[in-house]
Amino acid sequence: MKVLPVTEDDLQAYVDDQLTLERRDEVEAWLANRPQDAARLRAYQQQNEAMRSLFAPVMDEPVPERLSAAVRPARPGGPAWLRVAAMVSAVGLGSVLGWTLRSEVLPLQMAQPELSSHAVRSMPASASGTGLARRAAIAHAVYSPDVRRPVEISADQEDQLVAWLSKRLGVSLKPPILGDLGYELIGGRLLPGDAGPVAQFMYHDVSGKRLTLYVSHETHDEGETAFQFAEEGPIGVFFWVDRGMGYAISAGADKGELARVALAVHAQLRSK
Amino acid sequence: MDPNEELGACIPRLRRYARALLGARGGADDLVQDTLERAWRKLHLWRRGAELRPWLFSIMHNLYVDQARRYGVDTLSLDEVDLDIPVRATQEDLVEVHDLQGALALLPAEQRQVLLLVALEQMAYKDVARTLDIPLGTVMSRLSRGRERLRELMEGRPRVVPLKVVR
Repeated sequence: MKVLPVTEDDLQAYVDDQLTLERRDEVEAWLANRPQDAARLRAYQQQNEAMRSLFAPVMDEPVPERLSAAVRPARPGGPAWLRVAAMVSAVGLGSVLGWTLRSEVLPLQMAQPELSSHAVRSMPASASGTGLARRAAIAHAVYSPDVRRPVEISADQEDQLVAWLSKRLGVSLKPPILGDLGYELIGGRLLPGDAGPVAQFMYHDVSGKRLTLYVSHETHDEGETAFQFAEEGPIGVFFWVDRGMGYAISAGADKGELARVALAVHAQLRSK
Repeated sequence: MDPNEELGACIPRLRRYARALLGARGGADDLVQDTLERAWRKLHLWRRGAELRPWLFSIMHNLYVDQARRYGVDTLSLDEVDLDIPVRATQEDLVEVHDLQGALALLPAEQRQVLLLVALEQMAYKDVARTLDIPLGTVMSRLSRGRERLRELMEGRPRVVPLKVVR
């Protein structure tokens, strides 16, 4: 039988094992008398193997959360109010709409008798404290409904997250562990704030409800304030200032729930 | 398999290809994310029963081309149009490239794409043609040129400098 001439395409296909068995035998016979071509094809096969082994580790890396989230069916987008607030805040119109937060100082001694005394200082809600709550609530409204990309760095890269946010804020910052309260860390992001960068850590519970911890530098007269609570629509914010840093816990949860989280966060931050 | 699961199962492969395509300078996961988001939105356009992988890779390819267009001048290397003009070697070309990743980065993007789909993805040539939306003959010539160029780079041989032509 007449053998078709061997072409460069055949040689390429030989390298990639994309020839029929019969044709492969013919190409092999052709190569037997052509050591230079045979060497060239061997080099190509080695390239294939080298590329596969060079990039094989990528296949074993854990898939970043933001990528697996991109193909997960979206949950219903949350209350319409949140979506509207998110859109409005995103285009910076929040203040135009005059979003005001009611702020109050809690009688925490009554609500939380176990609270350590230094944090319980009855104080009128200061302007900057209210500002903190408001900024935290806006940030919560903007990012927590984001199904696909709620955080910039996910919890599976916690070391990186901690190093990055600590560096940008200039303080050692580690997300509190809230597993006992039913909240797992999703990750965190960096946001612009009045006094430099702000960190936002996001958590969720088994039902998917999200809770954020907002941490910022507070240029405040006092180094610390009492716990305060504010709410607007469905978002409750528990906030305080400690050693020059402002902390705000936001979630669509009631005051008692937020107070428990706030206490746990405060205790963990203090114990460091 | 549910199409979402199937999409999810392709993520490691997409990441590997994006990493190899874009190199270590990053942006690979962003490209994968954009690909997944677009695929997600267009999933209803994907013909059930058709193979998902070439479709996904073609989405990634189109995004990559858009990006390259946005960030760089739209170029076509001269050897693509079959003109091997000898050009005086520059200092940069005298640097020997022994590591594979560095050598890959020096290949024209259109050759690198074909080579990676064939070598990493072990894609059939006709699927490569479909993914990149080019004729089969072009796949074969880019593959052949890419391999030879890579071999020269790895062996540190002097080469013809690829000129870029602005389209």
